[in-house]
Amino acid sequence: MILTKRPPLPYWAQILIPFIAIVVSLCLSSIPIIYAKGDLFKSYFYLFYGALGTRYNFLETCVKSSPLIFTGLAVAFAFRAKFWNIGAEGQLLAGAIVAAWIGINIPEMPKFVAIALIVGAGFVAGGLWALIPALLKTKLKVDDVVSSLLLNYVMWHIMGTLLFGPLQQPGSSWPRSPSISELAKYPILLARSRFHLGIVMAVVAIAIIWFINEKTVLGYRIKSVGANLKAADFGGIPTTSVIIKTAMISGGLAALAGVGEVCAIHYHLLMDVSPGYGYSGIIIAMLGRLHPVGVGLSAFFFSMIIVGAQTMSRMTGVPVYIADVIQGMALLIMLVAQLFTEYEIKVISK
Amino acid sequence: MGRLFDQIFQMSFIIGLLSAMFRMATPIIFGTLGEIITERSGVLNLGIEGIMLISAMFGFLATLTTGSQWFGVLIAILVGVIFALIMAFLVVYLGLSQHVSGLGVTLFATGLAMFVYRHTVGSPTIPPVVQPFKPFLIPYLSDIPFFGQILFNQYALVYVSWALIPIIWIFLYKTRYGLALRVVGENPMAADTVGINVNLTRTLALVVGGALMGVGGAFLTLAHQNMFLIDVVGGRGWVCIAMVIFGNWDPIRGSLGALLFGFIDAFQLRLQSSGFAIPFHLFLVLPYVITIIALIGVARKSSAPAGLLKPYRREEKGG
Repeated sequence: MILTKRPPLPYWAQILIPFIAIVVSLCLSSIPIIYAKGDLFKSYFYLFYGALGTRYNFLETCVKSSPLIFTGLAVAFAFRAKFWNIGAEGQLLAGAIVAAWIGINIPEMPKFVAIALIVGAGFVAGGLWALIPALLKTKLKVDDVVSSLLLNYVMWHIMGTLLFGPLQQPGSSWPRSPSISELAKYPILLARSRFHLGIVMAVVAIAIIWFINEKTVLGYRIKSVGANLKAADFGGIPTTSVIIKTAMISGGLAALAGVGEVCAIHYHLLMDVSPGYGYSGIIIAMLGRLHPVGVGLSAFFFSMIIVGAQTMSRMTGVPVYIADVIQGMALLIMLVAQLFTEYEIKVISK
Repeated sequence: MGRLFDQIFQMSFIIGLLSAMFRMATPIIFGTLGEIITERSGVLNLGIEGIMLISAMFGFLATLTTGSQWFGVLIAILVGVIFALIMAFLVVYLGLSQHVSGLGVTLFATGLAMFVYRHTVGSPTIPPVVQPFKPFLIPYLSDIPFFGQILFNQYALVYVSWALIPIIWIFLYKTRYGLALRVVGENPMAADTVGINVNLTRTLALVVGGALMGVGGAFLTLAHQNMFLIDVVGGRGWVCIAMVIFGNWDPIRGSLGALLFGFIDAFQLRLQSSGFAIPFHLFLVLPYVITIIALIGVARKSSAPAGLLKPYRREEKGG
């Protein structure tokens, strides 16, 4: 039995692949559900009911999508250039820290200026944090996977230092910051929900990244660098500057996830500001096949899983970590499914 | 008299620090050795962080149920091997991206570890604890002043990790099998030509590596601590990946890197408890920062196995 290259699948089949992966991983998640003695029908029912069943649940799923779209876009954008940015988590935290710091200390000014300032500063913070692994890779040949991963822990502990120090709420012994000013809070766009500005921003970001990828010179260069670094270099593309730009945009996108969590969800900085959105971004990017629209769809799907798992856990007693199991499984299954778009199995008798 | 007391205090401080250094380095040594064997065959195993975590969890549960620490280690090895086999299926037999597959295995293993732990233990206010390993005093040697306390009053697994360093070095450089492994990692096509089964070699390397990562994980919950916490591994797997690069894929140099990490880790713990008015998170950041700096130092000189990250498909020879 061997794998051989097959002619490229038609476009519709390529689009179908992630959906197949999703269905397979939902089916396979029945194994841990049964292991946890959850009633299968009830579990799946509450998974979807929790995610989509009521207006509020549906809008909550949209709310959760926002950070996932940003980290998914961040990872996808970097992976297209084969810049292995596994540091979205740290870049997210950088954005959250800056948003909290400005949000607490912001002087009186028009609201839209305040929001623009915070979003801009957060983007820059994440971009600069992502600049470190990019410079280490291009100038010093340090592996980007390892450096961007380790920097997540560095930023986490920087946040801890700040939350036990200058950013700590006066009089509190907990690692949490004071609340941000009303001025810094994202506007809520729909009544009786948490549907906030950040969701619209995420959708706009999808459009912008699509535009960069498809319609700009930078997008073309990123694709060339990702396809073949040496050839791109030989062809006169300034590969170092392309990688650095890619990294900074990627880090900035991830940071906006953190800005949104502080300015629209928690309204203060805390150690648990991200339950691993940066790592989920990797899964979302792969399932979205690194395409911005795909990222949007797969972010919405994983948001359903994360939001729905809470209801499911409450109603059936299956641990809420089922969402993490499904995410991990979906990535592995997606990888295998993707393989079969390029290869087919041939059985040869020896 | 005062000066004498100072000296005793300092001596005990140094003994404590160095003894802790070897203890803290042990999981890193296991993980680094496992990753070196794996990478020498041409496979990057980024599943290490998740494998260490899920092994730590299952090892802990096994000990919690049976009371036997060694049984916990055995289960951890088994779990490490199972996840290494998943990795082998994905990257060796299917030839998928080693980067993404490894991250996938880490994310999957992490999710599963938390899921199984929460299902088994529930959410009690006080997490359950096991009776951890006791330090194993080596008779006579532990009586040597100074060195005895540092080197020979450690957990048994610490000695095992020391023994493995030369064993793996000899295996890699002085045996036929080690040579075959290195050829597979450097030039799989040449290895295939001389009749070495590339995929089998890589699978075995992953399995042995996974077993070692499993022991490293078990050390964290059965010796270093006596309970399982979600962040018990806390990036140590990634540190191992860094130490492999730092050590230029050599078991001795990689282990020295692990000792350096252990030293910084032990040092920051002592700084924390010494009551400096500096937040402890600032100390926790030290090991990671120094690991990155260490990587910068060696980056230009290091040379990865030439076949690393490349799947081998015989039918695509020369393609």
